[in-house]
Amino acid sequence: MATIEAPPTTPPAQEAPKRSIEDQRRLAAGLLSPTVLVLALVIGYPIIAGIRQSLFSTSQEVDPSGFVIEGEQFVGLDNYTAVFSGEAGERFWNAFYNTTFFTVVCVAIEVVIGVAMALIMNKALRGKGLIRASILVPWAIPTVVSALLWRWIFDANGIANAIINQQILWSTDGWQAKAAVIIADTWKTAPFIGLLVLAGLQVIPNEVYEAAKIDGATAFQQFRAITLPLVRPALLVAVLFRILDNLRMFDLPYVLVGPGKPSVETISILAFLENNNTRFGPAAAYAVLLFLYVVLVAYAFVKLLGADVIGEAREKTPKPAKGQRGLRPIARGDTP
Amino acid sequence: MSRTVGAPQQVQAPPTRPSRRKAASADQPGWRKWLLYAGIGVILIYCLAPFYWMVVSSLRRPSDVFQTNLLPQPPSLQNYKDAFAPANHFGRALFNSVFVAGTVTVLVLIIAILSAYALARLKFRGKNLALSFIIATSMFPGIAMVIPLFSLFTDIGWINSYQALILPAMSFALPLAVWILVAFFRQMPAELEQAAMIDGCTQGQAFRKVILPLAAPGVFTTAIIVFVAAWNEYIIALTMTNKFEYRTATVAVTFFTGATGRDIPFGSIMAAGVILTVPLLIMVLIFQRRIVAGLTAGGVKS
Repeated sequence: MATIEAPPTTPPAQEAPKRSIEDQRRLAAGLLSPTVLVLALVIGYPIIAGIRQSLFSTSQEVDPSGFVIEGEQFVGLDNYTAVFSGEAGERFWNAFYNTTFFTVVCVAIEVVIGVAMALIMNKALRGKGLIRASILVPWAIPTVVSALLWRWIFDANGIANAIINQQILWSTDGWQAKAAVIIADTWKTAPFIGLLVLAGLQVIPNEVYEAAKIDGATAFQQFRAITLPLVRPALLVAVLFRILDNLRMFDLPYVLVGPGKPSVETISILAFLENNNTRFGPAAAYAVLLFLYVVLVAYAFVKLLGADVIGEAREKTPKPAKGQRGLRPIARGDTP
Repeated sequence: MSRTVGAPQQVQAPPTRPSRRKAASADQPGWRKWLLYAGIGVILIYCLAPFYWMVVSSLRRPSDVFQTNLLPQPPSLQNYKDAFAPANHFGRALFNSVFVAGTVTVLVLIIAILSAYALARLKFRGKNLALSFIIATSMFPGIAMVIPLFSLFTDIGWINSYQALILPAMSFALPLAVWILVAFFRQMPAELEQAAMIDGCTQGQAFRKVILPLAAPGVFTTAIIVFVAAWNEYIIALTMTNKFEYRTATVAVTFFTGATGRDIPFGSIMAAGVILTVPLLIMVLIFQRRIVAGLTAGGVKS
């Protein structure tokens, strides 16, 4: 390392290399403050403003020249109670159902495909670069482009109908529109889960499998008793993030099928359309409800299943002594 | 990985493939090997076939767009010309996308490097809480941010402006960057800084002159991942713009109009899709190993 010419302003370095706790805290506060500021602006403000907005009703009058007449009225929880009654309520619960349905079905399929992909990739001897590159292709394609691509594939005269020799109107409405969204979402994100699981697989030492083989474990037993528990932390984090990502699903159904299609309308789309129609109060209420839903799911996931998102358990895991790399919970700080 | 102090090449992208695999499956029986090859084939087709279809469709003549053969006959670049037809404003949209995603990436990285360093290296109370909090914000639903900000930006006249696209995009880009960078910084041996500090550096200097240069590959990887995320952004750009001058490419491509009016011009849309994807793909293919390391950094290794 080159010697460092200390600029004149720097305090002389006679203090011990370990800086005091107080200093570290001050430095940390300084370093974290820009992030906190930005997040307060783009996350904190919207939460508060959104809750406030959801308690108001904007006049829906539009004057002849197309401008909205300002008229904000405090309506308390009216925008929320509307969720439980009438047409607006029906529409919300449909969107809620769709959101949940897409999340559960998509993530379930993606996990199965992703784990299968990871198992195959882990065994592959040749062409690893090729596989990895092709797995990154769906990830790198913008969601909107993939939505348009699948819209084209599922066009009435498109290749999907040509292959199965049917005339299904995929992108109109109904179950086929749901199926189209699920297929498109799965295509884009299952490889991503595969990638995360593969990384989890690769830190499992081979000796564990060899020991199991000597003990006479079948391939399936090995998968259940070794592979699955050891990739569980990686898988849990991947699944959590996929779930939360799918709960806010917007681009894919909006572009692939289109706005105003009940069979694929998610809460995000509903809120967006209400906002477009200048019904800002209800739009904000739907957004707040979605936010609460996301928080609830994330909380339950972390509490019940112990998804370790920040890698804190790994931090705390003591470094193993040399040569002692057995079946301790994966401590990934120390890659072999 | 040995923790040799002062060996920069040791600290680059974390190893993604231990070499022990070589021995693992060499003694497989033949049918298993074929099963494996079949599985690999399925993965390749699964990932590449839809993309291939986009490329092929974009290379047909507009009148052949409904052909279903696997190669364009005859090939044509007309769809690419059509994509840049004046009515689509696609060139302008591409510029907007590059500008917005680029600015977001640069701003976010500057801010995120500082925070990630603090979270990975300094000791202070509430560190894990702060990190959990930052990661949690990355899961904030876009719509819940867009709706209040739309009202705010309408009031202050920011609709149809670059700042209305850049600032909200930081909401997802910043936590993402912090998360990946923390994982990268944690992998770097602490001895490096300690050595620098024994040599008389302050912690800040140790960071600037020792850690940052060594972390450059990780920072670069993070930049690519953040850029991809910002490039893919849709709902913010859709909400905050209503003039073509400020639309980003992902929004513009959904507004393409065909020559005949009501038909969706799938040929030129596929061409635009290829244009939107290929620069990312080239970057991804060149740096694939790094990117995989970055993507899995938060979730798997840290």
